[in-house]
Amino acid sequence: MATRTVIPFGPQHPVLPEPIHLDLVLEDEKVVQAIPSIGFIHRGLEKLVEKKDFLEMTYVAERICGICSFIHGQSYCQAIEAVMKIDVPERALFLRTIWGEMSRIHSHLLWLGLFADGFGFESLFMHSWRVREKLLDIIEETTGGRVIFGTAKVGGVRRDIDTPTLKRIEGELRTIEKMSREITDVFKKDSSVRRRTVGVGMLSKEDAVALGAVGPTLRGSGVSQDMRKLGYAAYPKINWEPVVETGCDCYARCMVRCRELYESFSMIYQAIAKIPDGPVDVKVTGNPSGEYFSRTEQPRGEVIYYVKGNATKNLERFRVRTPTFANVPPLVKMLGGCELPDVPVIVLTIDPCISCTER
Amino acid sequence: MVHVEEQALEVVDKSLITQKAALMKTEGWRLVQISCLARDSFEVTYSFDKDYKCSHLRVILPVNNPELPSITGEYFAAFTYENELHDLFGIRVKGNALDFGGKFYKLSVPTPFAPQPQQPAK
Repeated sequence: MATRTVIPFGPQHPVLPEPIHLDLVLEDEKVVQAIPSIGFIHRGLEKLVEKKDFLEMTYVAERICGICSFIHGQSYCQAIEAVMKIDVPERALFLRTIWGEMSRIHSHLLWLGLFADGFGFESLFMHSWRVREKLLDIIEETTGGRVIFGTAKVGGVRRDIDTPTLKRIEGELRTIEKMSREITDVFKKDSSVRRRTVGVGMLSKEDAVALGAVGPTLRGSGVSQDMRKLGYAAYPKINWEPVVETGCDCYARCMVRCRELYESFSMIYQAIAKIPDGPVDVKVTGNPSGEYFSRTEQPRGEVIYYVKGNATKNLERFRVRTPTFANVPPLVKMLGGCELPDVPVIVLTIDPCISCTER
Repeated sequence: MVHVEEQALEVVDKSLITQKAALMKTEGWRLVQISCLARDSFEVTYSFDKDYKCSHLRVILPVNNPELPSITGEYFAAFTYENELHDLFGIRVKGNALDFGGKFYKLSVPTPFAPQPQQPAK
């Protein structure tokens, strides 16, 4: 048996935007075991329910993650709305869908850039982020923020988008879609990308299900599961299907995100075409009493928001299970047996968001 | 329109949780999450999903000497949640297949956060 060496990977590492630690047990260059640990960025946000009332907690939820901020806020609001039986106006549901899908596109473009950077394709990284900037401009115009949208609200949304702006945005999004195709074609066809990703970080369909994988990590292993199928927001009124790849490797997970970009563009176009007139919020009275587990689909996968209210303005419990937390056991499986230089690429394919994970 | 999923919740004794989890596994349920609420007692909730249906099992534990059997034999992915229960809430989980011994969360502040017998609630 070869000599075993333990190499620490993270919490500070060039491919990690946020800190996670892995103890990699190696035999020569082969990883035989990966042992994860977290806790470097724990902020105790769940504890804040004792100080902030249930309406203010929307702002906290939006700040759990700096990338998928809007969907965090939306998920929290949906949980409170379910407990309080609040009927959200139809227009607000369509606006949530539009902003939610914009959030997914900008998250996936950001990830594509980081992924390209992870295997040293710097120009592809810069192109991905250049295109993302165009989308951030639209987000800034419609919400006032580039990353933290601030538009989620219990009972609806804080802002409306008028019809002429929606039509103009659709035109701009079609340009961004065209620019995105130039990038995703490289991810799809370039030999250097394929060499670093095809057959690397295998996660079989059976393992993905057994280990509780979610999002593109799960769908890249051939499982058609997407929480948007639960029927929240305006998703039931839009034609779409979960994007599934069957390669079970890093390439497949990358392709899921590439194709999801176009599914999201299509969803936004449909939502713009179908959005009804009307109010964007309703007045919320009283305090939540009861509990609910709200589930939505983040760019990284299924997120769970648990809220429990006791008829006071402060919730009794607020708990978030993020997709990255669910994808840690599958990551450990993917890393077993891989080569050391592939570790950064494999880690990136779960799109790790550690500040989400640790709340 | 308010979106509310129908979700079943069953309170079970801690001695039955492994058996119940094994049954869920056999029926094809996916482990979604394990969460904990700490008040006068611990409420540990196990959530499962099958075909977009969500179902929960809940175990109530006393604050004094809280202990649970592990379900990692049925759902290996439970090891992260069970280590979290230990590190943040002080609940001992017996038989965790990947027990980090309190080192899963490397926090700079003392844990667990939940009230412990030797550390009365403030």
